[in-house]
Amino acid sequence: MTTTESPKRTAQVRVPVRGRAWWIERRTLGVVVGCAVAMLVLGFVGLSFGSSWSTPGEVLGALTGTQPSVVIVEWRGPRVVAAILFGAALGVAGAIFQNLTRNPMGSPDIIGLDAGAYTGALLVMTVFTGATTTVAFGSVVGGLLTAALVYALSRSGGLSGMRLVVIGIAVNAMVTALNNWLVLRAELEVAMAAVGWNSGSLNGIDWDDLILPFSVIAVLLALASLRAQALHQSALGDAVAVATGVGLERQRLLMVFIGVGCTATVTSVAGPVAFIALAAPQIGRRLARAPGVPLLPAALCGAVLLQLADLIAQMLLAPVSLPVGVVTTAIGGCYLIWLLAQEVRRR
Amino acid sequence: MSTAPTQAGSAPPTRNAPSRIGRSAVLAGGLVALLAAIVASIAVGAESVPLGQIWPALTDFDPLSGDHLVVRDIRVPRTLLGIAVGAALAVAGALIQTLSRNPLAEPGILGVTHGAGFALTLGAALGLAGTALGELGLGVAGAVLATVLVYAVGRHSTLRLLLAGVALSAVLQGVSLGVRLTSPDTLDKYRFWSVGSLAGREQTDLTIPLVAIALALVGALLVARSLNAVALGETVAHTLGANVARVRTVTLVLITVLAGAATAVAGPILFVGLIVPHLLRRLTVGSVPWLVTLSMIVGPILMLAADTISRVVLHTGEVPVAIVTAFLGGPMLIWVVRRYGAGSL
Repeated sequence: MTTTESPKRTAQVRVPVRGRAWWIERRTLGVVVGCAVAMLVLGFVGLSFGSSWSTPGEVLGALTGTQPSVVIVEWRGPRVVAAILFGAALGVAGAIFQNLTRNPMGSPDIIGLDAGAYTGALLVMTVFTGATTTVAFGSVVGGLLTAALVYALSRSGGLSGMRLVVIGIAVNAMVTALNNWLVLRAELEVAMAAVGWNSGSLNGIDWDDLILPFSVIAVLLALASLRAQALHQSALGDAVAVATGVGLERQRLLMVFIGVGCTATVTSVAGPVAFIALAAPQIGRRLARAPGVPLLPAALCGAVLLQLADLIAQMLLAPVSLPVGVVTTAIGGCYLIWLLAQEVRRR
Repeated sequence: MSTAPTQAGSAPPTRNAPSRIGRSAVLAGGLVALLAAIVASIAVGAESVPLGQIWPALTDFDPLSGDHLVVRDIRVPRTLLGIAVGAALAVAGALIQTLSRNPLAEPGILGVTHGAGFALTLGAALGLAGTALGELGLGVAGAVLATVLVYAVGRHSTLRLLLAGVALSAVLQGVSLGVRLTSPDTLDKYRFWSVGSLAGREQTDLTIPLVAIALALVGALLVARSLNAVALGETVAHTLGANVARVRTVTLVLITVLAGAATAVAGPILFVGLIVPHLLRRLTVGSVPWLVTLSMIVGPILMLAADTISRVVLHTGEVPVAIVTAFLGGPMLIWVVRRYGAGSL
């Protein structure tokens, strides 16, 4: 990205936080505000959309409690909130891995972490017939194991090597095959439930499903925001990171854990939702014209993208609701191809 | 699975091209292994057929014998199918690796296979894919479109080619899944096919795709000699008197026909085109005709072995063969990357 070098101070906005002044790029601030507005608007549309549209008045009434509506609060509400939070979690996970590998293709959905987390969830569901908590746990373990496998295999090539991406693609193919095998092997009812979110879906989510993932993701996102500064420093190169006082190994481990945790938690509830983790950080970065891959725009773009994809998935063939993963894959894949084509044109 | 590696290991690891005697030995060994794979593919399955019953079933057919019926109506057509699909995918892989001089090129990874699969799914949903000829046409058309798109985006770099292929595959898979979910008939008809399987295809009329694959294989053998020259580089090829543009076009057409027809029959099966040429690379140093010939033998061996495994690995029923090939092919891809290193990418 060749950005126009604008004078530093005029392009930044002073934000006082607890007595300390933070300088934020004016553009980043604009992007953050814009994304937040888009998120709210889409959330409102999501609450109004259904087999029959609700008027804005009805939605407002349901939200404030003056005009109770089970459909809006109990059915559409969890779905909209899930789309926002899961999208943000995926966006952050993608940004973390893209920072660590210094490679846009190093995001968790490409290198098989989604599929690995899904394997863990499937194993728990089919072999141990576990409850929601155990499924989430299995999903995290599956994701971590897959991450360990990919890194171990590509170690000699370095984290940023292209080798990591290709090995990740291979691992992804194998793990996906394993998932298919597990589904075929399972009892019919379990298999039906599993196939339902084989490609990622927010259908039929209610508030009870969301308490655990929400708390986990909230903790992980808070951790990520605390360590964001160090993450960006380590993206500048190992030497720079160490020189500026970042404990590199611990930092990496923590970040991998946060990234895998976010991915796996989302996967355990919604199934592998592909391409948000790849596309959101890249879109956020381009919108903000940032030199690295910033976390906050990535999170907001992820939330907007997933909301948009979920709305499309519901509207496209209404009353049939497609798995949202189908839509994110189609959009994200087209975006990736466009990205590659752009690179060709620039040469 | 076990046949192919042992075969590769049995040849002396010489750097020079093997002598004629060495080649005949390899060829003979390959044919014996293929025969063993064929016998296994006919004998093994949900209904185990005694080995002694196979030959009578073929020569002295008794319509009242269950074993004979299984062999004649299910196992033999399925084995033929496996041979054709394996040979088509392996040769397509050998051609595309030689043409692009890219150790990672493979019709499955480059999205060609999923292009064919997508066209077929769409055609089926629109009611165009009823006939064998229609399926073949759709498969090849989809393969051509995917090839053109991936090649246009990724032609300058190995890595970008691969990524464009992966991205396109993902998009096409997603859209195909959407189409199948919205039309239950298509979903039901293509449930196993959409994962990549030979199961249930043996009952349909396969003459047209099999003939198309056979013709394309012959074409591959004919073009292999000129491809040898092109593989040495454009300048050398010109000096040797090869028409580079024509050889390239013909090879690309053959690749799309082979991959498209194989997909039309068996669904998207990945990695066979990657594994086989790599297994044979040591044996066939620099000789494309030899590589193509051996691919035609080892491809079917691999396919039949994978298909036989897919029938017995689960006690509840069959696994789509593409799952087995993914398990064989994933480690292969990792090995290729580790061996050829990130430098070549």
